[in-house]
Amino acid sequence: MCAVELTTDKRTEAGVLINDFAIVAATVNGSGSQTANNTLVRALFKMGIPVNGKNLFPSNIYGLPTWYTIRLSKDGYIARRPDYHVLAAMNPKTQAEDIEKLASGGICIHPEEWKLKPTRSDITYIPMPVREMVKESGAAPALKEYVANMVYVGAMAELLGIELAEIKSALSYFLKGKAKAVDLNYFLVEKAAAYVRENFADAPRHFRAERMDATQGKVLIEGNSAAALGAIFGGVSVAAWYPITPSTSMIDALMDYAKELRVEPDGKTTLAVVQAEDELAAAGIIIGAGWMGARSLTATSGPGISLMAEFSGLAYFAEVPCVIWDIQRMGPSTGLPTRTSQGDVLKAYYLSHGDTRHVVLLPANMKECFEFGWRAHDLAERLQTPIFVLSDLDLGMNLWMTDPFDYPDQPMDRGKVISYEDLEKFGTWGRYKDVDGDGIGYRSLPGQGPAYFARGTGHTEYATYSERPDDWSKNLDRLARKFETARRLVPAPISQIEEDAAFGIIAYGSTDAPIAEARDLLKAAKVTTSYHRVRALPFSEATHEFIGLYERIYVVENNYLGQMAQLLKMEYPDFADRIISVSHCDGLPLTARWIADSILEKEQGN
Amino acid sequence: MTARTAKTNALGLEKTAYKGAESTLCNGCGHDSISAKIIDACWELGLDQRYIFKLSGIGCSSKTPAYFLGLSHSFNTVHGRMPSVATGATLANRSLIAIGVSGDGDTGSIGLGQFKHLLRRNVPMVYIVENNGVYGLTKGQFSATADENQRQKYYGVNPFPPIDLCLEAIVADCTFVARSFSGDPQQCRELIKAALSHKGTALVDIISPCVTFNDTPESTKSYAYGKAHNIELQQIEHIPPGLVIQRQEITIPDYAEGETIAVTMHDGSQILLKKTDHAHDPRDKQAAIRLLEQAKAEQKFITGLIYIAEPRPTLIELEQLTDTPLATLPEERLRPSREALAKVMASLS
Repeated sequence: MCAVELTTDKRTEAGVLINDFAIVAATVNGSGSQTANNTLVRALFKMGIPVNGKNLFPSNIYGLPTWYTIRLSKDGYIARRPDYHVLAAMNPKTQAEDIEKLASGGICIHPEEWKLKPTRSDITYIPMPVREMVKESGAAPALKEYVANMVYVGAMAELLGIELAEIKSALSYFLKGKAKAVDLNYFLVEKAAAYVRENFADAPRHFRAERMDATQGKVLIEGNSAAALGAIFGGVSVAAWYPITPSTSMIDALMDYAKELRVEPDGKTTLAVVQAEDELAAAGIIIGAGWMGARSLTATSGPGISLMAEFSGLAYFAEVPCVIWDIQRMGPSTGLPTRTSQGDVLKAYYLSHGDTRHVVLLPANMKECFEFGWRAHDLAERLQTPIFVLSDLDLGMNLWMTDPFDYPDQPMDRGKVISYEDLEKFGTWGRYKDVDGDGIGYRSLPGQGPAYFARGTGHTEYATYSERPDDWSKNLDRLARKFETARRLVPAPISQIEEDAAFGIIAYGSTDAPIAEARDLLKAAKVTTSYHRVRALPFSEATHEFIGLYERIYVVENNYLGQMAQLLKMEYPDFADRIISVSHCDGLPLTARWIADSILEKEQGN
Repeated sequence: MTARTAKTNALGLEKTAYKGAESTLCNGCGHDSISAKIIDACWELGLDQRYIFKLSGIGCSSKTPAYFLGLSHSFNTVHGRMPSVATGATLANRSLIAIGVSGDGDTGSIGLGQFKHLLRRNVPMVYIVENNGVYGLTKGQFSATADENQRQKYYGVNPFPPIDLCLEAIVADCTFVARSFSGDPQQCRELIKAALSHKGTALVDIISPCVTFNDTPESTKSYAYGKAHNIELQQIEHIPPGLVIQRQEITIPDYAEGETIAVTMHDGSQILLKKTDHAHDPRDKQAAIRLLEQAKAEQKFITGLIYIAEPRPTLIELEQLTDTPLATLPEERLRPSREALAKVMASLS
């Protein structure tokens, strides 16, 4: 391991960790712990404490283990941390391992009925009479398992100092104000808190949630909801999809927001959502809609992207706008579909056959999920091409604290479209003719402008059939010009240059949060770094310039092959020897600690 | 009919105005006759080509949209996936008329799934299959509609029973199912006109001989077989809305009671079905299924309107889409207000 000691321990002199620890609720999948966990996150958030909730769940409806991690960070770090200090051990099958991993000095809340024999002397056990309390609550049999989770909420409130009033109002928020449900749940919270107060007065209170003022004006949202909201404000009017984890909740959110935001006074909608028979059909539907002039999107994940390969090429060469969201996960097939990854970068960039290269947007946070959500449709219509947006399970399905979203700062860009009237003015028109020198022709919409015959390959600039070699090679040259135009239009990378930086870090997407923290860890160890976050493909010239600044560029990503590092080496062969891949793939989000350690290790090897 | 109306239609256009590019298919290909009948139908109905769009998949048949309605937009998509593109396109602009052209490989093999789901969703369009039982562009492989025990020079004997696309359509609850023969231009034209008047998906499966790979006399998809064995279920005549009242008064009494079925279509037009020797009521679903099963077993060449039912709600209706075509909505109806975003943000804080 590294010689430089990295530390995050910020205990007070009295050995108390305030707003800087992690909680894990280990439960059985399907047992209804979601309300309990969301309630804890929201109560802490409302106490003004920066907080982050991550759900590690199985591909399963009921029975397999689930872990929900809540991180409190007074410094505002929102990445995953690997260790935890407070455990709600609610799953008998995993309790031994869950307890084993609990940090020294930690607290373990568990059902008393288990009659656990303590295996560790360095932690505090808090057995709770869960069954009895639930019985006392009078909950209907079908609800018993759900409300049982409120027992650990109440115990934590007492042990950690989470304000009961905030728990009650969080319950009311999630249960949509239904008094009976709120009362039932809150009864158990109070009951559990009182039980701990009476029976465990001596238990250490050294992990404390204390009210602060760091979440004022912020909101809590999942990336898939942010993306859906962005699409709604981007004017999407046709969405087609096939259910696949972890993208499904994006379409669910789209449908929910549409009910609120896209219904006309007569009750009819301006957004069609079609559940297709598979991802091939979903791609076909959005391409048909895009060709017709509607703004269209699909949301999928890796396996769906594979099925959309042929259609993506058609849209690329017929030059049809549409937006494809890829909420990345591990793959293929079953096994790890509920675990995160950044493994689709190369696949999405080059998807299809016959020399395709796609525009790919890489949101790293909630604001970008929203912004790229609407901007993707502008880019699709401006560039007349499919736009891929690569999010991932970590961004998409976890709750993130964020500043509120900014309203789009420009009107919709509908791109170059020619009408019948324009045709009369211009006289001649060639669908694929590059009159402006940016590689983008003027398209015409059925029913609204002059007819042309759309097809994949083999067309002239007037969209007539041609198998002449020079026609096609000229077309490919024009598409290359269009790609250069895309390079200038896509979201620019963001650089944080430090004067005395020893090296540069390049990353993209969801690794942004742990990298910010890792850079602070490194800085504390006297290693200063510069950081360049790629926000889209194709690369911007600024990326080339950044690589030029340092002899060593660490490309951090959550996949096995170091896909972005490979792309950079290919794009900038002159700098290939500077690019060092720091990649890891185990289904979990990267941690700051792993990133900092890995980079230091490689630095020492230099 | 006067000489003037024979030359121009209701829009004052001559039929040549509905032509497309010159066909590149083999001389005598049945598909070219179908293109001609699509032209006839659209011209006779006085349809404005600007408000029609054409879609196809891949194959000989799917090339044909280039050869008719040259003033309509067209999209030659990918193999077997025309139905999904049609679904998205019709959702995006509900005011246009969609004509899809596919083949037996495109629809019956690679595209069977999309075909069935399009029918199930009742996407409003005319879906024409130019069915020759063989792959032409790849030189003579059997398609899914090829006859059982049929022989091909290179590929030998086909051991599998054919998929009957009309039967598939009926069990998928398609409400307009017809079969025709490219060698019977009049029936083809009238069925296409009727299909254009139908609300929802209208399937017209047209047996269209492949003169190069599947026109041997023993093939049930050859000209010779069709000419010799064609059993017309009815004589069909499509009467446009404007002429319906007049014809009802004048023409119907000419037919003997019970021999003619008049079906009023959604657009107000009417189709008159004059019974032939072969008694079949196309409004009877079970009879239609029996008819096709029997025809398959006996290799009968049956053409005409096989099944018609009260239209089901279309996908557009089920989606409760706004009346304005989605593709023409202005920004103020697509992008919610600044206040709406502020309200959502407040609900998340």
